Amino acid sequence: MKRTVFFGALTVAGMAASMASAATLDDVKARGSLNCGVTTGLVGFASPDANGVWTGFDVGVCRAVAAAIFGDPTAVEFVPTTGKTRFTALASGEIDVLARNTTWTFSRDVDLKFEFTGINYYDGQGFMVPRELGVSSAKDLDGATVCIQTGTTTELNLADFFRSNNISYEPVPIETNAEAQQQYLAGACDVYTTDASGLAATRASFENPGDHVLLPEIISKEPLGPLVRHGDSDWGDIVRWTLNALIAAEELGVTSANVADMAAAPTDNPEVNRLLGTEGELGAMLGLEANWAANAIAAGGNYGELFEKNIGENTPIGLARGLNAQWTDGGLIYSPPFR
Amino acid sequence: MSDVHAHSVAFVRTETLPELPPPAAETGVLKWIRENLFATVPNAILTIVSIYVVYAILSGVLPWIFNGVWDASSLAECREILNGTSGACFAVLAERWPQLIFGLSYPADSYWRPALAFFLLFFAAAPVMFFDLPRKLLLFTAIYPFIAYWLIWGGTIMVPLVALVGFVAGYLVYQRLVTNSFAAGFFGGVAAAFVVWYIGGLLIPDDASDTAMLTAVPSRDLGGFMLNLMLGVTCVSLSIPIGIVLALGRQSSMPLIKWICVVFIEFIRGVPLITLLFVASVMLAYFFPPESTVDLFLRVVIMITMFSAAYIAEVIRGGLAALPKGQYEAADSLGLDYAQAMRLIILPQALKISIPGIVNIAVGLFKDTVLVSVISMFDILGFIRGPLLSSTEWNGVYWELLGFAALLFFVTCYGISQYSQWLERRLATDHR
Repeated sequence: MKRTVFFGALTVAGMAASMASAATLDDVKARGSLNCGVTTGLVGFASPDANGVWTGFDVGVCRAVAAAIFGDPTAVEFVPTTGKTRFTALASGEIDVLARNTTWTFSRDVDLKFEFTGINYYDGQGFMVPRELGVSSAKDLDGATVCIQTGTTTELNLADFFRSNNISYEPVPIETNAEAQQQYLAGACDVYTTDASGLAATRASFENPGDHVLLPEIISKEPLGPLVRHGDSDWGDIVRWTLNALIAAEELGVTSANVADMAAAPTDNPEVNRLLGTEGELGAMLGLEANWAANAIAAGGNYGELFEKNIGENTPIGLARGLNAQWTDGGLIYSPPFR
Repeated sequence: MSDVHAHSVAFVRTETLPELPPPAAETGVLKWIRENLFATVPNAILTIVSIYVVYAILSGVLPWIFNGVWDASSLAECREILNGTSGACFAVLAERWPQLIFGLSYPADSYWRPALAFFLLFFAAAPVMFFDLPRKLLLFTAIYPFIAYWLIWGGTIMVPLVALVGFVAGYLVYQRLVTNSFAAGFFGGVAAAFVVWYIGGLLIPDDASDTAMLTAVPSRDLGGFMLNLMLGVTCVSLSIPIGIVLALGRQSSMPLIKWICVVFIEFIRGVPLITLLFVASVMLAYFFPPESTVDLFLRVVIMITMFSAAYIAEVIRGGLAALPKGQYEAADSLGLDYAQAMRLIILPQALKISIPGIVNIAVGLFKDTVLVSVISMFDILGFIRGPLLSSTEWNGVYWELLGFAALLFFVTCYGISQYSQWLERRLATDHR
């Protein structure tokens, strides 16, 4: 009998816990700030400046979500997470959304019980070699020593690539990106391989970036995006459609510069009107203000502006849009309609 | 030769010769050099090789340091200024030193608070470390933790006040009851403290921190070398008394206490610190509901304290075992009870023997505090490896930053080790 009571109490406690986490939006509103998980630092994607203010491409997503909820892009508490602590932090409710260049994979979505709310960057694994090596294709790398971060999907991709091309390599296992840069520059390995965006950022920090080339092969798909917990679809919708709003804004020509004017009065374009809340009730359906998307866009600009400001071709990282161009420009970035 | 007399030789010197300076090779610098550096051929070869190595290192390092750039806004600008010559980019230290010391998000207008707490630490530690100072100063040591807590975390002053009152109430009750029995005093004291804390907790209004004199700073915003120092000081000062209790408990004749202590010590010593830290940050987050978790700093302090207490207990057990049995018997024969015997006879001797070991653990523990970077707390090393090396401006600066961190740690650890050597000399009562 006692045991039954005990299990009953446990069940009630469990239900209470799941109910508490079921309304993430209410929790966030009560707290007055969004808890957003970011990396402990990745050039261009998330890093704090000299005043401790976080900036970057992933950070921009967090700020847009906060702006959509509160109208205030600074109402974010950034929680730095490592590759090891990120999923626990999200599952335990320490953070509300994880925007930490995390690859969308089957097992993370299904087995770890997370919900990816979209893709904000299409990445892939690439190779960097010194120019003097005279290599123009990854298939010429037979017998090369390769610096590779241990315990990552890049390690597995690398093994697959070399095996399927029937060439050999010698791995030099390293722990962090910083260590990899030193090893590579010191000549401990011929090739450094990681995500192409990371390679570009690494190369940008070298004294003579021109002495190193990125090989054309991209050997894996790494779709990066923000994710939330399973079990609160309303909250997932807010994050998903905030990201979509940023993407749609670029397509529709809404920028941080003109969003205030366009949101002030209905324009000729009904989709812009629905997006910015001058027509229809899309904001109310999410449980947010009518001008939620206008706030999100005003926070850091639309998707294209965020890209250009943080990782685009005018920054030291200098990434081209490539796959991350709008679908109208031949890329994969595509938002479902706001209707 | 016995017929040789003074008058039979032609000349006898009647006054002593004036003292000549010793030969140049037998005096001063030359003698020292000859005897110490070039005594034998292998010795001379070693000396020459060593001089060359020292020269090679210094000729590389010194220009790098003296040619350093202190004023630039990014690594690229540093390289532009250096224009191909060798030189350090100390500009990163000049720009980011507040973050290296106080952490990423500690409010900049409140830097004076931890600085003041650090300054006061010397006054609080002095009477404990140098026992020739007047004993009344210990009163400041006793209230220092509450002052430091208030300065660093800010918020309402009521929290540390209530905590202080709780300790005082517990102590008073303990003193009243301990004359009857130690257990009554101990549990009575603990109960009294908890009653005061509970009532005090009800009295503090929820929004007290919003209007406090010092802005509240959440634990997540602590970082930099400050975090290392805070963890080091807190954990060492907590783990020494706990370690003593564990060591005594392990020697106890009461089986329950003995086995609890043995299991605790052996379990903690058998688990790597990094595992305990992961448990603190990751597992405990699962066990507690999101709104009522224990503060992350507190969780880490508990784990590191447990870890170092187990090690210190074993060091002290070594000290206890080194005492001759006669010391224990002498204490018994004087009619002292257990507490008196330990306090007056056994522990003073055992702790004195244990000093090098305890200091060894304290230094190691202090350096181990950088492990918190793996659970994404930005201590000085975590901050360098994470956010700083991944900022667009400073990506690629290694030697300057890690050298700075190493310098801070060296100064602190060398200070601790010098203190322990002084302490050993001061406590030396044997005649050698």
